[in-house]
Amino acid sequence: MTRKQRRGVLIGVGVGVLMLAVGLVLFALRDSIVFFHTPSDLAEKPIAVGQRFRLGGLVADGSVKRGQGTKVDFVVTDTLKTVPVEYEGVLPDLFKEGQGVVAEGKFNDGGVFIADSVLAKHDENYMPPEVAKALEAKGVKLGKGAVHPGEATQ
Amino acid sequence: MIIELGHFALVLALLVAIFQMVVPAYGAHVRDPRMMAVAEPAAMCQFGLLLVSFLALMQAYVTSDFSVANVAANSHSTKPLLYRISGVWGNHEGSMVLWVLILALFGAAVAAFGRNLPATLKANVLAVQSSIAVAFILFILLTSNPFLRIDPAPADGNGLNPILQDPALAFHPPFLYAGYVGFSIAYSFAVAALLDGRIDAAWARWVRPWTLAAWMCLTIGIAMGSWWAYYELGWGGWWFWDPVENASFMPWLAGTALLHSALVMEKRDALKVWTVLLAILTFSLSLMGTFLVRSGILTSVHAFAVDPKRGVFVLAIMTLFTGGALALFALRARDLRQGGIFAPISREGSLVLNNILLTVACATVFVGTLYPLVLESLTGDKISVGPPYFDWTFGPLMVPLLIVLPFGPFLAWKRGDAYAAAQRLAFAAVLALVLMAMGWAFIHRGPALAPFGLALGVFVMAGSISDLAWRARFGSVPFAEAWRRLVGLPRSAIGTALAHFGVGMLVIGVVATSAYREERILVMKPGEEVRVAGYNLTFRGVAPASGPNYREEVGVFDVTRGGAPVARLEPSRRTYDMPPMPTTESGIHPGWRGDLYVVLGDAQTAGGYAVRIYFNPFVRFIWLGALVMFIAGGISLSDRRLRVGAPGRARRIAVAPAE
Repeated sequence: MTRKQRRGVLIGVGVGVLMLAVGLVLFALRDSIVFFHTPSDLAEKPIAVGQRFRLGGLVADGSVKRGQGTKVDFVVTDTLKTVPVEYEGVLPDLFKEGQGVVAEGKFNDGGVFIADSVLAKHDENYMPPEVAKALEAKGVKLGKGAVHPGEATQ
Repeated sequence: MIIELGHFALVLALLVAIFQMVVPAYGAHVRDPRMMAVAEPAAMCQFGLLLVSFLALMQAYVTSDFSVANVAANSHSTKPLLYRISGVWGNHEGSMVLWVLILALFGAAVAAFGRNLPATLKANVLAVQSSIAVAFILFILLTSNPFLRIDPAPADGNGLNPILQDPALAFHPPFLYAGYVGFSIAYSFAVAALLDGRIDAAWARWVRPWTLAAWMCLTIGIAMGSWWAYYELGWGGWWFWDPVENASFMPWLAGTALLHSALVMEKRDALKVWTVLLAILTFSLSLMGTFLVRSGILTSVHAFAVDPKRGVFVLAIMTLFTGGALALFALRARDLRQGGIFAPISREGSLVLNNILLTVACATVFVGTLYPLVLESLTGDKISVGPPYFDWTFGPLMVPLLIVLPFGPFLAWKRGDAYAAAQRLAFAAVLALVLMAMGWAFIHRGPALAPFGLALGVFVMAGSISDLAWRARFGSVPFAEAWRRLVGLPRSAIGTALAHFGVGMLVIGVVATSAYREERILVMKPGEEVRVAGYNLTFRGVAPASGPNYREEVGVFDVTRGGAPVARLEPSRRTYDMPPMPTTESGIHPGWRGDLYVVLGDAQTAGGYAVRIYFNPFVRFIWLGALVMFIAGGISLSDRRLRVGAPGRARRIAVAPAE
């Protein structure tokens, strides 16, 4: 086999694998990304029931109802609008009223956001960047910090 | 006083690093042996100064000197000694000092062990290595100085985030940095070779041990992080495809490819241009990891406090080193001669396929990690790319890699015989196919593809055993003779087989846990019993307890299996004193078959507690597989043929600089 043929084979395999990967990436990016919205975004542009997305904001004061079975109810607010959330499972350690939170899930028919994962803040000065930015855009003053992934994911 | 000494040592280290960056490189350019020779003592001196600096900072942590702002912000006097020490790198500033210390350690190691390197190459390598040190020491001094005092000193510190107070996490960052930073050696060698305009098989021989050492550290560092996340975060998962996890995984993928392509270059003098490019890209991905973590643009548990100045600084460093090296590559790559010819079906061919699949897989992770950032800056849309994306892109690329992996070691260099390789793998393939058929016949839950995934893992594991058996000629010579041959095999051959065995274990752990995990969430009152995965768990109640710097409520669960007691699990909910923060400690019963994993949730108003129970089958294979890969790397590294300065070869190399 000549050098040229050999190179042809290598390039062929390389391009083949790359095409496969590009195809997979495009397919996956169409189907498996989730958007991030705040309660105000939802008031302006409602989202269909059953559509997955991430909801971000603050856990409204006095809204958390724990200890009623395995489900926890709370309200996410961006201080302008609110969305009721229901989550089954053990909440992350730092989930607290008045703190930033990002929940992933979808609306049910009753307008309640059914979360299957909840990310909460990591320390006292901590706020998920998406939440911080979204809230700042709405004119809410906040601190800064880092978030915790994966906690309480089902 | 000591802290000022540390500060001063850091400034001196910067000056030494600048000297080491400029003089030897100029010396190499004008071929002045005296100017080149200063690189070696300078590298030692730089390391010594950084060590003084690091120890000074550690001393402030150990003695709880809260007049140092960094200590006050991140430590506390009641913290156990281990965590006062690990607290040094539990924060941004201190971890950067550790970063440059490891960088200088690698530089000093090249100076010490690279006595047979050609003088110009060595001078250039140490100069390039030092240029990285200059950039990062400047970064520390200008944006993240841990040696600043505060006046008045607070009575006590703020404490270390309690979820970081953990043995696995105490050692996770140093290994991770050793991995990241270790790839800087491959980078420096690549840039030095491009500056020199000359590269040969001997180059790969020098680079490979360093790359292997860095790869080992990164492997075990990532595994420790995953292990920690598994038992500490209480969500029972081991990998989240979190952007910062990806930031460490991308250099690992590229580094794994680099290890294999450097092998081709060393043995066959081929793939030179590609190997150099890969060396540059691997370290660039490490720098990108540093940027992603330090800039605070990511939502992650690993993200440090946000200061835009730092992000911009690291971005500038990354652009300079990646861009500079790639520009040099574009200018000089043409001069690198092409090497040996090989047929597509050959050892080289299989390693090329390995490289194609690993780098493309790395690219898909890259796209998934950066796409949300790019999309947000272009359109303002905020999205997240989660596990489904990676399942669809990364997963399918691993399938051909794992199918081809066992064939590689059976193929000869230059021209291999695929049919003969297949014959030698017949046992492994039949074993895997039988297990797959049994899986489909007897396991009636989980995804249909899961038995295929498990079979792939078995194929890789059995294939690596077949490899050793074939090399030792088990079956064709008497057993004692075969055993003697096995023991006498080159350590690199044993290391290769063992590392591949570890990959197989990892695959089995990943597939089994993902496909067959069981999970229950329920409310339990004391005395109640629940059955999960063949275990009976009886909840005995909750008792208060306290530790050195926390109070906790401990839930007690008695576990039995078929009536026989198995274990008592004590998951707890802790509240730390400083910083006041609640954490969840999971209760885990480990086993070969899988882990029983219990998390205690909220107390219920109607009595009882919310409880989350998982059974994670074969989950330990994930970290054991990584540990086996780490050990395999160590065995390979101890091969005398790989050892830097192996006699025989060295003489030939030493002639090179005389031209």
